[in-house]
Amino acid sequence: MSTSQANNLAENFHAAFLAQQETKSLNGSKSLAWLAAHRQCAFDQFQENGFPTRRHETWKYTDVTPITKTGFVLANAEYGSAGHNSVEQRELDALRFDQKNTHELVFINGQFSSEHSNIGVLADNVIIGSLRAALTDTPALLEPRLNQCINSEDHIFAALNTALFSDGAFVYVPDNVVIEEPIVIYFISSNSEQMLTTTPRNLIVLGKHAQANVIESFHGLKDVVSFTNTITEIETDDGAILEHYKVQQENTDSFHIGGTHIKQHRNSRVESHSISLGGAIVRNDIVTELAGEGAEIILNGLYMGDGRQHVDNHTLVHHAKPHTRSNEYYRGVLDGHAHGVFNGRVIVHKDAQKTDAAQSNANLLLSDHAEIDTKPELEIYANDVKCSHGATVGQLDKNMLFYIRSRGIDEETAKSLLTFAFVDDVIRRIKFAPVREQLEVSVGGRLPDADLIKANLNSAKKIEESV
Amino acid sequence: MLEIKNLKVSVEDKQILKGVNLEVNAGEIHAIMGPNGSGKSTLANIIAGRDGYEIDSGEIIYEGKDLTEMAPEIRAREGIFLAFQYPVEIPGVNNIYLLKAALNALRTHRGEPELDAIEFMALVKERMQVVKMNEDLLSRAVNEGFSGGEKKRNEIFQMAVLEPKLAILDETDSGLDIDALKIVAKGINSLRSEDRAIIIVTHYQRLLDYIVPDHVHVLSDGKIIKSGGKDLALELEEKGYDWVREEADAA
Repeated sequence: MSTSQANNLAENFHAAFLAQQETKSLNGSKSLAWLAAHRQCAFDQFQENGFPTRRHETWKYTDVTPITKTGFVLANAEYGSAGHNSVEQRELDALRFDQKNTHELVFINGQFSSEHSNIGVLADNVIIGSLRAALTDTPALLEPRLNQCINSEDHIFAALNTALFSDGAFVYVPDNVVIEEPIVIYFISSNSEQMLTTTPRNLIVLGKHAQANVIESFHGLKDVVSFTNTITEIETDDGAILEHYKVQQENTDSFHIGGTHIKQHRNSRVESHSISLGGAIVRNDIVTELAGEGAEIILNGLYMGDGRQHVDNHTLVHHAKPHTRSNEYYRGVLDGHAHGVFNGRVIVHKDAQKTDAAQSNANLLLSDHAEIDTKPELEIYANDVKCSHGATVGQLDKNMLFYIRSRGIDEETAKSLLTFAFVDDVIRRIKFAPVREQLEVSVGGRLPDADLIKANLNSAKKIEESV
Repeated sequence: MLEIKNLKVSVEDKQILKGVNLEVNAGEIHAIMGPNGSGKSTLANIIAGRDGYEIDSGEIIYEGKDLTEMAPEIRAREGIFLAFQYPVEIPGVNNIYLLKAALNALRTHRGEPELDAIEFMALVKERMQVVKMNEDLLSRAVNEGFSGGEKKRNEIFQMAVLEPKLAILDETDSGLDIDALKIVAKGINSLRSEDRAIIIVTHYQRLLDYIVPDHVHVLSDGKIIKSGGKDLALELEEKGYDWVREEADAA
């Protein structure tokens, strides 16, 4: 790309957008006027607002200039066709969840890799595949759904994603269809000559009483520095049930900004697990609109930071209709000079009587230099509701530490055990065992005495089995 | 085995122990009695190595080594065990795992090989009988959701597995009903040995109905003001602590 010499992300994005308009082919959206209109509108919004600064209330604690000053180049399909978007099978296998029966999609530097993906057999009318392909094959399914539940004025990175995305996953589950096998989507930041920014765009649509489990897993290969700007839109129709996992394990030099924007209809239930372990600067936004009576969302989250990592989680739940429920449980562990941000906003709209909203955020600071800004925000415009929130910040419990040490176990191991116990409180809520098990290993591996922690997990089981 | 000399200890500038002297030999059981706030638990905790205490002066010598600068885990590996007055619940840390890790830490320290899972479980099953521990409690998190009595039994069970040289039982009788008290006392008695010393810290005589001490000390206002044999405990039970204090004041 001619813009590869530019050292400013906004300039690079601008050039990429213009190039896309000229060729009208970059993102497979050649004849889709509606998509072109979305893109133009979104890009205009970016042009008008620019990148957020810390003067913006929702970016108060997160400075994105280290990202915007880095000359990332937009990864695109043409770039991929030159053969750069490759990954060795063994590297991929090392990241895979330990589960055989899955529908698996692999994206390398943002581009769908049919070579590495294994979509498997699908029931009639179910679509699991690349969004880029769907724009060609089934545009009528996408037009009423893509970019429908994002307020891009408030989410400028989402607007950028809309303007510039070239691919992502599309999951479409028709009414009354239950997909038993989990749908696993891997996003791999791989080696390339330039530092790349990728803009995955995912759309998950569940019809009435449909069910699915979707796992998004983000990884960087060794020594890769990348910027991922990912967006997932989710729509669950009446009575649908979705388990959604996002596991972010990018390299600690990479940047990750992600948004999950959800619209839930009557009696639908979404369970969201957001696990953030990697990244130099990370921002996760989850926005859901409980748009039908009886809709429910569970928001579980875990973030861990060390060194100079900065991890920011913003959640926003709109209780728009009566009898809607939200239950949020986020935990953070910050060591070194890491900085965590948790902002949990709940808006109970005027008509949303009998809303039940609970929120809890607990943070463990393992060093004197680690920092957390935690802020619950409740806005209640209905009068018959049940809302609760609680936020805690603390260190490891001295009494527990002393108890363990008094039994002969050294201080460092005792701290690891207690830290793991704290995060396991989130991990064990994960129902999908392969995700849970991989996290137990990867989280445990960050702590000293990883073997001992594993033994702790398995001890009761194994010891009893062996007798 | 343990020698405490003129020990003065403060917490946040308030002196709690004001010159304690105590000598405990292998094979002996000592009871330290005294009213609330006399410094009994401070003494128990300071031997085990809990933070937050300032040693103003004095010495704690255990098997010829100065304990005051020794980390609590090293004390444990050297054979000191504290049965806690309030055993803490530790969600997420498995009870049986903690015990296995603890035992192997002790064994490694002594230059002995670690026990494998089968040997360990055989030992556990045998020692569970000491306090009639419910097997279900093994696979749970440490003390999590245990009743008060179960927590105290778990302490003695741990002691039975770890086989300390010096055990300090801090108010082990509190919160136990009479049946549980008998079971726990029986467990402690079964751990009496020529090589082991036990310090029982208690407010009441009732545990001493079942565990007969060799020596009884009265700790009051940070000092041991009277020492005697097992009859002293009975006398205290009958007459309370005031007469000892008056006697001490008169002296």
